[in-house]
Amino acid sequence: MTSTLSRLRGDPQARLGFAFAGTVLVAALLGPLAAPQSPLGLVGPTYGLPGAGTLLGYDYLGRDVWSRLLHGGRSVLWMSFAASVIALAIGAVIGIAAGLSKRWVDHAVVWGTDVLLAFPDLILVLLVVSMLGREPWLIVLTVAVSFVPGVIRLARGVTLGVVSQEYVEAAKLMGYPWWRIVLLEILPNISTPLLVHLGIMLTWAIGMLSGLSFLGYGVAPPAADWGLMINENRAGLMIQPWAVLAPVAMIGFFALGTNLLAESVSRAGSRIAVRKGVKSRARTLMRGNKRRLREQQARETRS
Amino acid sequence: MATIYSEQTPPAAQASQTDDRAGEDTAHSLRQHLALPTWLPWLGGRVLSGLATAFVISVLVFAATQALPSDPARVILGPDATEDSIRILQHQLGLDQPILVQYARWAGRALTGEFGVSLDSNVPAGQIVADRFANSAALMVVVLVLAVPIAFFGGVVLAIRRDSRVDTWTMNGIILFKALPGFVLAIGLILLLSTTVFPILPAVSLIDPSTSPFLQPVYLVLPALTLILTVAPFLLRLVRSAMIETLEADYVAAARLRGIPERRVVWHHAVPNALVPVIQGIALISRMLLGGALIVEVVFSYPGIGNALNAAIELRDVPVIQAITLTMAVGVVLINLLADVATVLVTPKLRTSSRPRLRAGTRAKLKLKAGGV
Repeated sequence: MTSTLSRLRGDPQARLGFAFAGTVLVAALLGPLAAPQSPLGLVGPTYGLPGAGTLLGYDYLGRDVWSRLLHGGRSVLWMSFAASVIALAIGAVIGIAAGLSKRWVDHAVVWGTDVLLAFPDLILVLLVVSMLGREPWLIVLTVAVSFVPGVIRLARGVTLGVVSQEYVEAAKLMGYPWWRIVLLEILPNISTPLLVHLGIMLTWAIGMLSGLSFLGYGVAPPAADWGLMINENRAGLMIQPWAVLAPVAMIGFFALGTNLLAESVSRAGSRIAVRKGVKSRARTLMRGNKRRLREQQARETRS
Repeated sequence: MATIYSEQTPPAAQASQTDDRAGEDTAHSLRQHLALPTWLPWLGGRVLSGLATAFVISVLVFAATQALPSDPARVILGPDATEDSIRILQHQLGLDQPILVQYARWAGRALTGEFGVSLDSNVPAGQIVADRFANSAALMVVVLVLAVPIAFFGGVVLAIRRDSRVDTWTMNGIILFKALPGFVLAIGLILLLSTTVFPILPAVSLIDPSTSPFLQPVYLVLPALTLILTVAPFLLRLVRSAMIETLEADYVAAARLRGIPERRVVWHHAVPNALVPVIQGIALISRMLLGGALIVEVVFSYPGIGNALNAAIELRDVPVIQAITLTMAVGVVLINLLADVATVLVTPKLRTSSRPRLRAGTRAKLKLKAGGV
């Protein structure tokens, strides 16, 4: 794990991602303390442009965009973190159980994930949200459920790989109870791919939840939320682009930062060597062909 | 080294001879196919499993709409209807019958494309789906026709030039498009191309419903561009990693050692073997398009199926919601089925075995590999 961390520190992509995601994270968590005005107060003209006393202008009701921007990050943050952690927990439990249990249980679980994977994620969430209501915890749960099949597949696959190892056999022969084998033998050995997947799911969750709040599901309108702000001020895009551009930039930077981080983590986790300076065989060959051509031409011009 | 790899162009006569033989071979295998396509039993099983999936999905959709706390009869008649009239309407709608009977009736009608009348506009829900579906399909076709070749050739070229400067810069740039959520990209494009910098394209797709969307390409450009930018990077990464894996295989090295020209090695030996992830990737893309198109359609007010679903959810228009979600999910099942059949057909090992075994979870693994939606 320490080697992974040190490799991450050396990876410029991870550093960039950390800088992006960290900045947005800090802005979202500490922003409400630094906001100059209330996010709900009507303090300026409708679609007022940036000027004295206001950094980013006013929105469609005359609220301060800068203050709303600083207040509006928390919901997306906690919802995406909660959704991916819940999905990881549920999926890991079911996946490990499927990997360990009898053949028909395993088949049933795999088939169930197939069925769920046939639903486009967003459609599944919208179907549930439209029927049961749009409370934040419900949306978090539904997004988690839509991620669970992927986690189950992953957890089952890696568990199957670990179960056939000798040390698990040895633990079984020594008569340890099953929960001890799962907790002390299997779980530590499948935690790396699962944690890498947590990072990937986090990036999906950010995209999906910001999209949902853009569509109007999640945080109820008077509150400040980045996705909601984009949708509210979309009509005034020509007059006051900052009211849309600022939350778009926040979501964009956060998504980009987490993606860069997740990618470099998963690369470090899977130990793919970065072949710096080494060209692929095909490339070398092409070079060879070109050189041969060049030599031939040189010979022709000489003769 | 150079002597080993030197190109050997076969004489023209020899080439035509091999072509003839190849023609004979395909004819022979075709005849064999007509007599006994060995993978036919597998196809039957696969179709059955697809049907079972569709059945479970229909149960899910029906159950989700049953969870609605309000009573449809009460919604239709309004708040000040008498208990008697509500009971009569419940009887007429079949709401007083056991839930299994209700499901059977609903599924039977859904099979014939009849989902009931939209609560909002009094138009049959199936009609709404059919109208809007054509627009969405047009968008999907444009996106697939443009994105798949771009991603395919781009992926192959980048795999050949792996770790070169072009490759690293493209891959770094691609992360940007992969990371940004669809609506962020869409709004970025609106800001760039229809308001501030180059005001050349309409920000809202006001498609005339009486003619085909293909005849009004101005309105297709921005939604299609957004979707291509979200989908093509995903597929390109898949193609690139599949090609890199194939180019490292021993038979490619063997082909090179035999002195086969590099171009032929890439396009005749490596590409056909890298096709499976590409086909499954296209299936994944179509699934992403069905869901992801929703937000893009809402941003551009494109009159497609996703926009209709969003409007129906706002109004809690149950028949339309059922019709659209069921259509989409069954569409995904169908696409997956087609992708699996195509996979079996392009893989000789699977095509010729009597029990082709597609490795379970190929699609799920690919999704992880390419970094998902």
